[in-house]
Amino acid sequence: MATDAPVMVRNAQAVDSSAVPALSVDRFRQVVTEEVAGGARLSALLVLAPPRVPRRLLAVIARPLVGNLGLLACDVGDSYPSLTPSCPAAHWFEREIAEQSGVRPEGHPWLKPIRFVAGGPADVGVMDFFRMEGEEIHEVAVGPVHAGVIEPGHFRFQCQGETVHHLEISLGYQHRGVERAMAGGATPRARHYMETLAGDTTVGHMTAYCRAMEALSDARPPARAEALRAIAAELERIANHLGDLGAMAGDVGFLPTMSYCGRIRGDALNLTALLCGNRFGRGMVVVGGVGYDVDAALEDEILVRLDGIEKDAAGAIELMFDTPSVLSRFEGTGIVPEELARRIGMVGLAARASGLPCDVRHEFPYGLYQFTQMPVCTWQSGDCFARAYVRWLEIRQSIVFIREHMRSLPGGPMRQEPRPSQGGRIVASLSEGWRGEICHVALTDADGRLAAYKVVDPSFHNWFGLACALRDQQISDFPLCNKSFNLSYCGHDL
Amino acid sequence: MTTIVSILHVILALAMSPLLIGVINRVKAGFAGRQGQPLFQPYFDLAKLLRKGAVYSRTTTWIFRAAPVVGLAGAMVAVVLVPLGGLPGLLAFPGDLVVLAYVLGTTRFMTVLAALDTGSAFEGMGASREVQFSLLAEPVLLLSLAALGVCTRSLALSDIYAGLFAGGAGGVAATAAMVAAALLLVLLAENARIPVDDPNTHLELTMIHEVMVLDHGGVDLACIQYGAGVKLWVFSALLVGAAAPCRTGVAFADLALGVGGVFAVAVVVGVVESCMARLRLVRVPQMLVVGGVLAIAALLWALR
Repeated sequence: MATDAPVMVRNAQAVDSSAVPALSVDRFRQVVTEEVAGGARLSALLVLAPPRVPRRLLAVIARPLVGNLGLLACDVGDSYPSLTPSCPAAHWFEREIAEQSGVRPEGHPWLKPIRFVAGGPADVGVMDFFRMEGEEIHEVAVGPVHAGVIEPGHFRFQCQGETVHHLEISLGYQHRGVERAMAGGATPRARHYMETLAGDTTVGHMTAYCRAMEALSDARPPARAEALRAIAAELERIANHLGDLGAMAGDVGFLPTMSYCGRIRGDALNLTALLCGNRFGRGMVVVGGVGYDVDAALEDEILVRLDGIEKDAAGAIELMFDTPSVLSRFEGTGIVPEELARRIGMVGLAARASGLPCDVRHEFPYGLYQFTQMPVCTWQSGDCFARAYVRWLEIRQSIVFIREHMRSLPGGPMRQEPRPSQGGRIVASLSEGWRGEICHVALTDADGRLAAYKVVDPSFHNWFGLACALRDQQISDFPLCNKSFNLSYCGHDL
Repeated sequence: MTTIVSILHVILALAMSPLLIGVINRVKAGFAGRQGQPLFQPYFDLAKLLRKGAVYSRTTTWIFRAAPVVGLAGAMVAVVLVPLGGLPGLLAFPGDLVVLAYVLGTTRFMTVLAALDTGSAFEGMGASREVQFSLLAEPVLLLSLAALGVCTRSLALSDIYAGLFAGGAGGVAATAAMVAAALLLVLLAENARIPVDDPNTHLELTMIHEVMVLDHGGVDLACIQYGAGVKLWVFSALLVGAAAPCRTGVAFADLALGVGGVFAVAVVVGVVESCMARLRLVRVPQMLVVGGVLAIAALLWALR
């Protein structure tokens, strides 16, 4: 096998880590740049821990046209020529690499930390920001402490009057060190770390984590578990989309939809609670299968309640889309053009709203999605309206999906006993959380313990998209744009 | 007799204006399918604020402390001047409509100065927006009152509104209708209601009026909130007089009718807030220009 091409694997297919070719730095850069230019996505780019010399850079390239993932690596010294100038999607990853490993991507246009690691290069919140100079330019700093009950993040606007010319987003206040804590072996805590990577995407992250662990141990969860995982994931999507639509209505001061969606989101969360006892799906997805089974009575109950949710949601949400004053706020606000979304590597819902048909359930199907077609909902305009409307389309698709599969759950056990992971293997596991593509990369040492674990939340790809969406917008539209992305702070900071 | 009723109006206005806010909140809650806060919640809030102390930034000066007092005083002066329906204001003299407009202008000027005094980027933005929009709202108010003045050939607010009630000619009705529409737009803009501003939002970047008073607390904030209620009463009274000129001839009945009208305006404001989203900030001037066009049309119609 030629060693200058990436090794191709399916979603969550483990391979021997020795099978991942170590290319020269130039060839590595060339392959990544060409693949991304040819329509692939850079799902992860990381320096493999624990520190080894020379340090090894690993890239996971998701190739939607053929439905497989390319893994490739290269050994680097203290620095290497940055990928970002030729592949802008790498820019956030390279900042993370510089911060975490000290490997310096030379030529990176804006190299500064993205998190504040204890003992790291930067003190919390102390850094230079991009600045504009001029008579009429003023700078507005928002956060990290906000007026609402939301997570901490700092936003620095360069404005001329009401117009935003540049927004720089500085996160990292929530850094917990989850990835480092995962390395060293499967502790009972691992499950709790993974369930709370982003508290609103428990099922999405757990699906990626469990599939990675199962792949490392050559296990295959029972069909019934796969179906229940998919149903839980769609319930999570419905609840979050409903909450976001209500919050967007609230941001433009449209009260009826805000209030009703807030209530209906609770109803949707309660369906997840019926499944597993927790409204956010904790304990539902476990390594080897699912934690809780359903019986016929529960199926009926969920489907009946789902009918009510669909009816109420249609009333509240269609009222919003029928109100001209709401549309005039949504339309044309915070546009991310398709080409820009592709170049900066946006994923998930926000990318679909810009017209990119990217959806892991469709491109790299896993679990139940391998046996059913999940339509990809896209919209072309890339504005707040698109991000709202794609949510509504997906809510309806998810309801249809649950109706179809709840009645025809495969029989058999719901869980298989976990087995120990095999040594010296690597796996990249993708799943589609409600925000978008989730990528987990796991590497085991010779004894089968986790040597490195990497999580890429969709927020990691999309925060820069929010910054771009604000260019030449009114600063008063920022909260609406922010809500239309609704990205995770803790999922980014990890 | 009329003087007693006018005094009664001032007392009622000062006592009941927080209730206007309570009514608006309940109407909005009803549209949203919620029960909503108690009708008297604004009073509880005021009582709570009055018990609190205040924190003053070291960068602020006496202006920051004076603004809430000036704001409240201005609103109280306005309520003394304003007629309620057919009832004359407690004070009436030729040209008091200009005094009314500029008393309100002075309170805004002080609020804006206090906001700038804090040196905060948020408050500076709010001040800039407030000034920009009031630049457009103030002429609408003056032109509206001028149109009514031409109609009724007088320069004192009380005489103008009494003239409207006495009138009944078709010309007066058309002018009054256009003026009422213009005044409704001014009311929404001047009192920081949707679609211009959102009094309930916590999003500093979108606020106009609320963001200017973010640094005030305790008694100062109570003054500001109470003053806002009184100001809403003043604009509602002006609107009621133009929109529904009906009177019984009995002073007390007129007072009851007028107070009822003011609360009807609060209900209308609540309905407007429930039925539409906020305008994008760049569109707010367009709405105020519509108000200006209505006022000018009313004035031309009256001059015809």
